[in-house]
Amino acid sequence: MIENYYGFENGISGKDLYNTGIKQAQNLGIEVKNEEVIKIEIQDKNTFSIKTVENEYTSKVVILATGNKKNTPKNIGIEKYEGKGVSYCAICDGFFYRNKSVSVLGSGEYAISETNDLINIAKDITILTNGEKAPEFRADNVKIDTREIQEIKGDTKVEGVQFKDGNTLETEGVFIAQGVAGSTEFAKKLGALTNKDTIIVNEKQETNIKGLYACGDCTGGLLQVSKSVYEGTIAGLEAIKYIKEGFEK
Amino acid sequence: MNVLNVTSENYESEVLKSEKTVLIDFYADWCGPCKMMSPVIDEIAEEMKETVKVGKINVDENQDLAMEYGVMSIPTIVVLKNGEVQKTFVGVTDKEEIKQALNN
Repeated sequence: MIENYYGFENGISGKDLYNTGIKQAQNLGIEVKNEEVIKIEIQDKNTFSIKTVENEYTSKVVILATGNKKNTPKNIGIEKYEGKGVSYCAICDGFFYRNKSVSVLGSGEYAISETNDLINIAKDITILTNGEKAPEFRADNVKIDTREIQEIKGDTKVEGVQFKDGNTLETEGVFIAQGVAGSTEFAKKLGALTNKDTIIVNEKQETNIKGLYACGDCTGGLLQVSKSVYEGTIAGLEAIKYIKEGFEK
Repeated sequence: MNVLNVTSENYESEVLKSEKTVLIDFYADWCGPCKMMSPVIDEIAEEMKETVKVGKINVDENQDLAMEYGVMSIPTIVVLKNGEVQKTFVGVTDKEEIKQALNN
């Protein structure tokens, strides 16, 4: 229950606030698509391509505002092996894992999307669901392992994943794709500057990439609805200005 | 242009035997974040040209060098002094953070 957002004398649940906001946008004629985004890429200068499970869209501007829900499992050594076998981007780093055994950590559509990016590159892929239900996915060189993970193992780089049952899977790469892809995952893949789990923006909510903005919890700082609404306002207004000025800054 | 194209052929002479501090950017043409980092590297090369030698290594064409430095993700940015790695940055990195490492 949110009790400190101005205008609700008895407070309001996060879910109700969210749903009411979506309806408000729709009442204003704004199209809302209830689709999961699995990829955002820069198509060419000034154009983004946004791929969902169902469709693909193009846009001149993207505003990232998916909050900062931390899906990545803690205390299994992910940070320790970043750049040494742990990767957040299959399409960026798959090159280094050609003909190797790799893993994808996740269980949803995003994990499947990352797996698909590795299928023709890696020798074999194991989707590690870390205790979650196995996704509906089949491919010749893909296995699914639903065991809970204890930790990632390796001397100077990833060599395996140890499960809580004590057994170890040999693997040379772990691609993190847990849950639904969020703002920070997209930002990292596009090449936006991030600071651990938050996206770095200026006072106009701009990232270092033209046309890409971020607002709300994904930019860190005060994790409050009021701050998110303020940043959303700035991002929206700046995006409009950017488009009207013909994308030049 | 102050940025050197570093390859397996000139690596020893230009990087390992350099008297200046060296900044190396491991990249690939198909890598989106590398394209974001590239102009930042160019700026550093211009701003610090008196004291730093800046080079770029294409990992597609120089896989041996990428392997030698354990590059498993790009961009990877490496600071070297007297042929020894001083600092490694993985992923898009803030310019000031890199410059600070070069000045240390």
